[in-house]
Amino acid sequence: MESYIPIIVLLGIALVLALLLMSLSRLLGPFRPNTNKLNPYESGMDPVGQARERYSIGFYLVAMEFIIFDLEVVFLFPWAVKFTELGFGTFVAMVIFIIILFIGLFYTLKKGTIYFELKPSISNRT
Amino acid sequence: MIEFLENITPSTTMALVIHAMIPLGLILVYALFAIWMERKVAAHVQDRLGPMRVGWHGWAQTIADMLKLLQKEDIIPTDASRFLFRFAPFLIFVASYAAFAVIPFSSGYIGSSINIGVFYLLAITSLLTLSVIMAAWASNNKWSLLGGMRSAAQMVSYEVPTIMSVLSVIVVAGSLNLMTVTEMQSGNEILGFLPNWLIFQNPFLLVAFVIFFVSILAESHRVPFDLPESESELVAGYQTEYSGMRWGIFMLAEYADMLLLSLLGVVLFFGGWNSPFGTFMDGPVWGFFWFMLKGMLLVFVMMWIRWTLPRYRVDQLMRICWNILIPASFVNFVLIALWEMIF
Amino acid sequence: MKLTDIASQGKPTFFKEHQNKLYQSLEDKHTTIEELDVDDPLNSKMILNMGPQHPATHGVLRLLLELRGESIIKTKLDIGYLHRGVEKIAENKTYQEFMPYTDRMDYLSPYSNNVAMCLAVEKIASVEVPERAKYIRMIGSELARISSHLLWLGTLVMDAGAISFFIWTFREREKIYDIMDNLTGHRFTVSHARIGGVANDITPEAMGMIKEFINTFPEELQNYHKLLDRNRIFFERNENVGVLTTENALNSGAKGPVLRSSGYAVDLRKLKPYSRYDDVEFQVPTRLEGDNLARYYVRMEEMHESIRIIRQCLDKLPKGPVRTDNAKQAYPSKDEVYYSMEGMIHDFLMTDTGICPPEGAEAYHAVESPKGELGYFIQSDGTGHPWRMKISTPSFANLQVLENILDGEMIADTVVIIGGVDPVMGEADK
Repeated sequence: MESYIPIIVLLGIALVLALLLMSLSRLLGPFRPNTNKLNPYESGMDPVGQARERYSIGFYLVAMEFIIFDLEVVFLFPWAVKFTELGFGTFVAMVIFIIILFIGLFYTLKKGTIYFELKPSISNRT
Repeated sequence: MIEFLENITPSTTMALVIHAMIPLGLILVYALFAIWMERKVAAHVQDRLGPMRVGWHGWAQTIADMLKLLQKEDIIPTDASRFLFRFAPFLIFVASYAAFAVIPFSSGYIGSSINIGVFYLLAITSLLTLSVIMAAWASNNKWSLLGGMRSAAQMVSYEVPTIMSVLSVIVVAGSLNLMTVTEMQSGNEILGFLPNWLIFQNPFLLVAFVIFFVSILAESHRVPFDLPESESELVAGYQTEYSGMRWGIFMLAEYADMLLLSLLGVVLFFGGWNSPFGTFMDGPVWGFFWFMLKGMLLVFVMMWIRWTLPRYRVDQLMRICWNILIPASFVNFVLIALWEMIF
Repeated sequence: MKLTDIASQGKPTFFKEHQNKLYQSLEDKHTTIEELDVDDPLNSKMILNMGPQHPATHGVLRLLLELRGESIIKTKLDIGYLHRGVEKIAENKTYQEFMPYTDRMDYLSPYSNNVAMCLAVEKIASVEVPERAKYIRMIGSELARISSHLLWLGTLVMDAGAISFFIWTFREREKIYDIMDNLTGHRFTVSHARIGGVANDITPEAMGMIKEFINTFPEELQNYHKLLDRNRIFFERNENVGVLTTENALNSGAKGPVLRSSGYAVDLRKLKPYSRYDDVEFQVPTRLEGDNLARYYVRMEEMHESIRIIRQCLDKLPKGPVRTDNAKQAYPSKDEVYYSMEGMIHDFLMTDTGICPPEGAEAYHAVESPKGELGYFIQSDGTGHPWRMKISTPSFANLQVLENILDGEMIADTVVIIGGVDPVMGEADK
């Protein structure tokens, strides 16, 4: 547990440094806000609606896919460390595990969910 | 290192603080240097000289820029979520700097020798994704949102091949502690002259390194995968609404991230602080020199790529990751394990 | 009327109305895009303004995009943010006085604009131009074409992400600027053509520089080819992006390289040769694909052809005067102005009234500028000023294809497509 103390100290120092930089900037910089300056940037036009509307589902599919893969990878970590001691049997088990993972991957690739966004097809342009 | 510090400082706490501050100071100096270096690399690629006025060949240009950034007005847009908008730079800064704690800078110095070093590093770099999304969503700007969403999708996707290539090394090295991984790479025994670096130990680790390098380009938003902040399409991506020192913190974090991932690559594939010439020029101080030199070389390659190549489109980027890199990294992982099993 | 009423009358309601109309027209626009999931119960559409203040819209072009995620469903174009009323200004200037304004329309190839305007005036006033002047004009126009295409190449690749390329093409443009400096006296806005000829003859230094340029430039062009022709990222970013079929290109009135890359080989230099283009040999590069890569190839090959034309012009360059020797039609030479009374008077008259085409005369003359057909239509009322002058600019025509080809592409493609169409807003908005 003792070896984690430097990490916590480092986190603390990094935070203090960031705060220091920000407060320095507050001290040295001007502060003269006006309406136009505080408007969100949208290429010089008044924005239409909010930016926080519903966003395309394609992005979330990627995130879901990632969670599955990330969890699977976590299972591989302990095996990878003790790999030589565990022997051939576990190796075969791991290969089977990865193959199952792959079947899932190819299924989703085939389904087209993984592509962030496919280009929409264009029927015929006029 | 910590024992040494305890001997020369009055209290243990102070020794601990100094011990923890070493990577921080180092990285701040590095960031100043790297930004200058990026400009010089860019300039020479483009047949220019780059900054020349502030100091010898403009070495103090970044310091001048930092001073300028400190004097800039700090703007928070009206519709922004004020807390998240302010919190995001802190998070990205802390996350990218805390990750350096487990990097073995030389045989005599590692911030914290925890036995799950790699795991900790990968976990804490995931916070970068979070802070990017946080910044993007908090800005309440459409360009930011697009950039943030892209960035999130890109970073989580490329995390899988990164982790897989790191795991390939773990299989060979048999430890999650980066110090142990480095120590096992000392010596010059392969083919009689090559150093015992992991990249030379197993032919499939070469493939793993290629996958790793491509993935870290994407993880640290470098060309050809710099879509989250592609200035020609998304203005500045998730940083669009940030100004002054807040933007500067993003910049520092980005460069720190670049170095972090390069150093990780050096530890995993290029023997960390080990000298390429066996025992010649060996020792803690030389070790630090070799380590940073190798790291900076990787950083230089990343800069070189940035100023030469165009960038991919977002669907192509995803296709590269899910269709090529992820299957390749898994197959490569199995092959490395098989190789280790047989030999 | 009270003062407040006057103030309220002058309120700028126009822009607000314009905005409302624009957003409405975006909503009403019929799109042929088949959406991926048609039963999208969550309305995840986003309306985004791209421009006028955007780093990659080549000035002040404004695109109104309706997005779903990263894909563009519909596009509307809004231009006119750089309108300066050049056509109206022309009505208050003599023909020669109007010349510098043409420089500022397509500011990437001012020489072609000067020539286009001069040719139109020469047509309406039936001015004969000496042979040597014609060749000098051709050399200048082709240099301007190379200069314009180089900037297009740099910005196209820069929009795709490779920033350094922009600087590399500018290195070559710099040489053209130097040539222009020596040839015309200006680097950027040249104003070199004169009604009835050109301002001055090619100086020996300029001649030497042009010769050196045409010898070294093909090699440089090969370097660009080497960098881009086998660059996979560049290919993937441009192939099948912004496809414009021949039919659509003709319907939307595309011109120049955009039309030629859609498979319609029309080039005014071949179709209706002006100056001495009928005396030189050159090809009209044409592609059938109509995508952004085709536009890249067409423009690259045009640069090769331009070098060929310049080389032939230098070979054939005849001896003689560079301006017509009729004091009623063109400025006398400076020697005459300084040393003879008639010259002085003629110079004064030319500056004051200028050339007067016959009353009621009309003329339209178009040249193949780097961006396409650039035409000047002039109506005369017999005075030294044009009664009406209308300019048909290629950028304006080419911008019309954008609404068509942007639909269904991704947001990252917009910048590449705009780069491929290569509009200059100074010209489109006039």
